[in-house]
Amino acid sequence: MTTTPSDADNRAHLLRLLGEIAPEADLATLNPDVSFRDQLDLDSMDFLNFVVSLHRAFHIEIPESDYPKYTTLSGCLAQVAALRT
Amino acid sequence: MAEFVMPTLGADMTEGTLVQWKKRVGDRIAKGEIIAEVDTEKAAIDVECHANGIIDRLLTKPGEKVPVGTVMAVIRDEGPPATASLQPQHIAPQPVLRQPIPTPAAKTAPLPAPSGRLRISPAARKLAAERGFDPTGLTGTGPEGAITLEDIARAGTSTADIAKPAGTAERQARMRQTIAAAMARSKREIPHYYLSTTIDLSHALAWLTAENARRPVTERLLVSVLFIKAVALALRQIPELNALWKDGEAVRSERIHIGTAISLRQGGLVAPALHDADRAGLGDLMQRFQDLVKRSRAGSLRSSELSDPTITVTSLGEQGVETVFGVIYPPQVALVGFGKVLERPWVANGLVVARPVVIASLSADHRVSDGHRGGLFLGELDRLLQEPQSL
Amino acid sequence: MAVCVSLDVMTITYREAVRSGMREALQRDARVFLMGEDVGEYGGTYACSKGLLAEFGPERIRDTPLSESTFVGAGIGAALGGMRPIVEVMTVNFSLLALDQIMNNAATLRHMSGGQFSVPLVVRMATGAGRQVAAQHSHSLEGWYAHIPGITVLTPATITDARGMLLTALKQPDPVFIFEHAYLYSMEGPLEEGPVAVEISHAAVRRLGKDVSLLTFGGSVWKALAAAEQLAQEGIDAELVDLRVLRPLDRDTMLTSVRKTHRAIVIDEAWRTGSFAAEISAVIMEQAFYDLDAPVARVCSEEIPIPYPKHLEEAALPSVGKIVQAVRRLLG
Repeated sequence: MTTTPSDADNRAHLLRLLGEIAPEADLATLNPDVSFRDQLDLDSMDFLNFVVSLHRAFHIEIPESDYPKYTTLSGCLAQVAALRT
Repeated sequence: MAEFVMPTLGADMTEGTLVQWKKRVGDRIAKGEIIAEVDTEKAAIDVECHANGIIDRLLTKPGEKVPVGTVMAVIRDEGPPATASLQPQHIAPQPVLRQPIPTPAAKTAPLPAPSGRLRISPAARKLAAERGFDPTGLTGTGPEGAITLEDIARAGTSTADIAKPAGTAERQARMRQTIAAAMARSKREIPHYYLSTTIDLSHALAWLTAENARRPVTERLLVSVLFIKAVALALRQIPELNALWKDGEAVRSERIHIGTAISLRQGGLVAPALHDADRAGLGDLMQRFQDLVKRSRAGSLRSSELSDPTITVTSLGEQGVETVFGVIYPPQVALVGFGKVLERPWVANGLVVARPVVIASLSADHRVSDGHRGGLFLGELDRLLQEPQSL
Repeated sequence: MAVCVSLDVMTITYREAVRSGMREALQRDARVFLMGEDVGEYGGTYACSKGLLAEFGPERIRDTPLSESTFVGAGIGAALGGMRPIVEVMTVNFSLLALDQIMNNAATLRHMSGGQFSVPLVVRMATGAGRQVAAQHSHSLEGWYAHIPGITVLTPATITDARGMLLTALKQPDPVFIFEHAYLYSMEGPLEEGPVAVEISHAAVRRLGKDVSLLTFGGSVWKALAAAEQLAQEGIDAELVDLRVLRPLDRDTMLTSVRKTHRAIVIDEAWRTGSFAAEISAVIMEQAFYDLDAPVARVCSEEIPIPYPKHLEEAALPSVGKIVQAVRRLLG
């Protein structure tokens, strides 16, 4: 995956949002292609809160049917990049 | 005049430490406002005041640990301080005499009326608190069945010196101890019986998907909220499961406060109440549930939320669990568990089809209810989840 | 504790002990004199002053008109004038006629004069029931007097206190009221050796025990002691605290006892409602609440004027049986 400046910004932003949900997690070692649930022990409520925070931070619409696309860091970055342009 | 006493924030709490006062002497306070932050074995809790008035005296200092029921503050009615009335009105003003006479703080004061409280002597309660021993459920041998010093001495193996405000690790250790005490007591005293049933969720999930598609992202529902609401409504039909065991008998609760088990990220769990869950709409329940989870994890629960649950609901499906065999949280008399929502072969109209299902289980206190009533409860739960629109 | 114990004792009646105390006081201090109804020629309604008129003469042993307000008032005046009067009122029921003098003058003059006047007055009176003298002579109102700031209220239960409290009372700068339980006048008992005067600031533990504290005073002390002995046979070890001084109350002695036994029963011959037993109970609640292993219990008189017939009078009063029952209930 290529890293453009805006990607780096988005990534930092996303990690900050995740940090608010799972404050004790070590996000530096996060594998971008493994689901948050498996790495950070997020439950449905955490995930819902994360989706709401994405919606608020990036002003993107996220229908429930798209939830599976947001379960990894890579997925989120792709969605944010796609929807914000 | 009203008194603010150290509240019981859960049946296993015998004392608490004042972290800080949120009001000062002379401040006006209204019913429901936060008066103090209190540290229990489980968390630092914002405690609500149950009276309207002016803070007259604060009797406990921050950092002080006091037994449940200790008068911590005196709240007087609106108007001038009571001491002012010591001066007869017809006497000509005399500045020296008009100085309010300082009233010495009351050393102790009687506890409020013991409605449903544990029947235990003050000395026994104190000894139990000193030993970190939970006297609930002991059989008292004193007058009118009260628990006495001797009963505590007989029953209590000393686990002294728990509890003072401390860091996360110590708090976690203490929470573990508290959970250990409550769960050991549960298994020691409550004859549990367990029932489970597999519920077809196809209608509920289809309805939920449609509903969530209609709702903005900030207002979407989780399936657990459907479970909670369905449990609350089913309890209206089988009210004996919505009760508290006190002094050797079950006391049915008029209101349905669902304790929702929330695991904390650092380990341990709390089960704060969703008050009057049977009367709340799904959207409202969802908002409050979300708020509870957030505040549980931030350690800012309110006193009433921890002390009020009349039954507990726990969902362990997130971890892939299929069936929950729950341990009842005393003095409650039942716990409802939900497992993972799974696709399973299901026979409908003579055909095998794939359906999303969940296994709902009931752990119930056999002293209070029997398997027949427990079965009716699960049946009612199933019926309600087949009509999600009526939730 | 100034209540000394000695093996070398003589036995006298409570009545004789009171008389002995008065005689001693009259001999020691020329300012002391006795007045009251029938205290002279008749020798006192309860014969407490028998022989004193002959010994000390009519100047110092003075019969008065049947007017409590007058002779208590005269006693207050004499005390203000530097004398040390002993005023005998026949019974506490009749003392109510003098209540205005007691409350508005005796108890308040030091306060009202900014400390310039003292009223070193001693008033003795009989209290209590049990002698079939009916409702106008049998009540126990010492608890009412204990309500009044500015006076001292004593309830001698023993022979030694009956003699010795008077002497210490006469040394006080303020009014002292001594309530002698009428049933005790003919009681015989040992007069302990040692100084005649006894201290009047403390309660006395009359029996040591560990299971329950019996808190009482005056005539009920002996009923409580008999109950304690009976309970001992059942293996219940009761402690008996004789309060002795109702005002100012010695809280420490009784609280120490309650903190040890964790259970308290107050025995008071007055009516339960608004009684001194209620005050004792409240003090325990305020200061020893977390030491209590059972609610404080009270054994008091039935809420009726004390009846004349013997069986009804007995039924109305605290008794050994009622105290024993109360203890058993408290122990569960």
